[in-house]
Amino acid sequence: MSFVKYSELIQEGDVVIIFLGHDSMMPIKVESGAQTQTRYGAIRHSTDLIGRRFGSKVTCSKGGWVYVLHPTPELWTVNLPHRTQILYTTDIANITLMLDLKPGSVVCESVEFHAQRAEKAAQEFKDHKVGHLVTVRNQDVCKDGFGVVGVADAVFLDIPSPWEAIMHAKKAFKRKGGRLCSFSPCIEQVQRTCETLLDHDFEEICTLEVLQRIHDVRSVTLPLPDFGPEEKETESTKIACDHTTEDIPPTANPTNSSVTCKTATPPREMAGHTGYLTFATKPRD
Amino acid sequence: MAESGVDCDVECRITEGDYVVLKRGDVYKSVQVERKKKIIFEKQWIFLDAVIGELYGSSFDVNPGGHVSLQKPKNSGGDSSESKEAGQDNRHILDDGKSQKLTRDDIESLKEQGLKGQEIIQQLINNSTTFRDKTEFAQEKYIKKKKKKYESKVTVLKPTARILAMMYHGREPGKVCHLRYDTLAQMLTLGNIHAGSKIVVFETCAGLVLGSVMERMGGHGSLIQMYPGGGPVRAGMESFGFPSHFHETLHEFPLCKVNALLAGTLNVDEKETESENNGQSKEQPSQSMEVNTNPEEAKKMAEREKLREQRAQEKRVKMEEKKKRLAAAAALLEGQDADGLVIASRYHPCPVLLGLLRFVAPSRPFVVFCQYREVLPNRTHPVLLMSGGGGYLLSGITVSADASTSGAAQKTGEPAAKRIKLDDVNISA
Repeated sequence: MSFVKYSELIQEGDVVIIFLGHDSMMPIKVESGAQTQTRYGAIRHSTDLIGRRFGSKVTCSKGGWVYVLHPTPELWTVNLPHRTQILYTTDIANITLMLDLKPGSVVCESVEFHAQRAEKAAQEFKDHKVGHLVTVRNQDVCKDGFGVVGVADAVFLDIPSPWEAIMHAKKAFKRKGGRLCSFSPCIEQVQRTCETLLDHDFEEICTLEVLQRIHDVRSVTLPLPDFGPEEKETESTKIACDHTTEDIPPTANPTNSSVTCKTATPPREMAGHTGYLTFATKPRD
Repeated sequence: MAESGVDCDVECRITEGDYVVLKRGDVYKSVQVERKKKIIFEKQWIFLDAVIGELYGSSFDVNPGGHVSLQKPKNSGGDSSESKEAGQDNRHILDDGKSQKLTRDDIESLKEQGLKGQEIIQQLINNSTTFRDKTEFAQEKYIKKKKKKYESKVTVLKPTARILAMMYHGREPGKVCHLRYDTLAQMLTLGNIHAGSKIVVFETCAGLVLGSVMERMGGHGSLIQMYPGGGPVRAGMESFGFPSHFHETLHEFPLCKVNALLAGTLNVDEKETESENNGQSKEQPSQSMEVNTNPEEAKKMAEREKLREQRAQEKRVKMEEKKKRLAAAAALLEGQDADGLVIASRYHPCPVLLGLLRFVAPSRPFVVFCQYREVLPNRTHPVLLMSGGGGYLLSGITVSADASTSGAAQKTGEPAAKRIKLDDVNISA
């Protein structure tokens, strides 16, 4: 397993995602001899995981079963142990496209100024076998910059005062320029960022917000109203019948019939706001 | 400043034959750079000869006659000095339609004299009786509006998925099933598209989705484009201008042979022999006609015959090539171990999804785009609650359908869709 390459079989040391049911998952690090407790019973790593195919059904000790999934960045996003507020797939997807990220891109992300978090992140990158692709620097990006000059194709900022880092971001870019993104929850932060971007000759400045709406697919049954016995067919009932012929069997008794249909309903709560995404192009020097 | 340092300027320069994107304001157009080729962009004929050898991202003035010339970097000195006089508010400004002293004919003749856009704007300002009374804000707005009309600046950009997706959605949304760029972004991420994977793509979005997937893969891994009808549509993909080694990772397979492939009855030679027979049967009558002709015509006929033979030879080579490609695509699919499936088509998504999921390994993501929600599984309602038109996504992860709990790894079987969710992606600027 690696986050950059799929593998077929689960091996010792892998991170796997245990799918327990709707909206319920947990990450496990596979170690021979180890056991993991779930609400369906224990999973014995040596027999239940190692050597098994990703995507297979695994029966736990109490007889219940789970699926073991190959980790992906998207699954990790919803399963990782939180150390700070994080970005989710909807925002990440737009950031990736709007920053023109592709294989070979050199990206500067806000460096981590918190020593313990920096260390944790470095360890995690190693565990996920992407250590060769990432360098973690423990410094203050607003004061010390990114620690690199003239190498970046893209810069991503997720810090409380991005305007203080823009001057440093500018230096990090390749001579031919590149794309910048700053993520901020508040509009005041966006305003200051945009002003600073303009002052530093950034172009195509644009702020977006992306909202994702997830729908549950469910069957709903709507009872039909009872208007009492029909005296004679009026114009309005005729129209109503025309509309629903598809759903009501012609033999249906109007007094106790109902219509069942599949609907897509939004969940009770949805993420209203995560943050504004401000994009800009750093032109060639 | 421009000359210092060598950097990677060679690859940053526009070369003849390059696919580029022209940008004027918020309008984009994808073209291939060729000498002496007339291109129409924003109601203007232009020639791109002068962009060759310049750097990507450069802006050009369109001169009368359609020839472009490189814009001098930052000659914005004049802008600030013009607006030194400004009014406080608009209480004395009357809209009598007489504030502009230049007539339409005057402006036309200025254009014919070959005046640059900026010079025309200056003339308009000088001949506007109300300009000095406008507020600074209104003056700025006036200039901006006139600039948009008279200054024909064209920027030449290197194509990317971002730019092409915005271009298609802005210019020809119908061609890409109204797939909006932010929805495309979700697809690439939900599909976990990355270098080294084997991805199956089915799209009727002019090749835009295919190209975007190829960009994310960076020429590493493999892609199988499933196509309906006679052949794959790739115009959108071509616009990316990928280097040739990207094309080596791209395969195509006809949708109408999916069942045969899965049943193990796919005959790679089938089509070839069929059309070869056709070719022969066409040749037969022409040979019999030859008998009745005079020597001169016989000579002509022989020449024609030679040409036909040549063409047939070319056709055979092409067929051979096509056969090889079909076999290669079939071999990739046969393993039923693809790392992802991306669908964005005008076809009913259910059979497409269920049909193509069979090629995907367990524990791999799939993503389906559809313009309409109600045709997604189970005919979801209500229809009237459609968003601004970005479309809907259905995504999930495949799992092994096999219920066995034994440690032995099972052959793929039919992965069932799990964790199905319907996503409605909205964006607001």
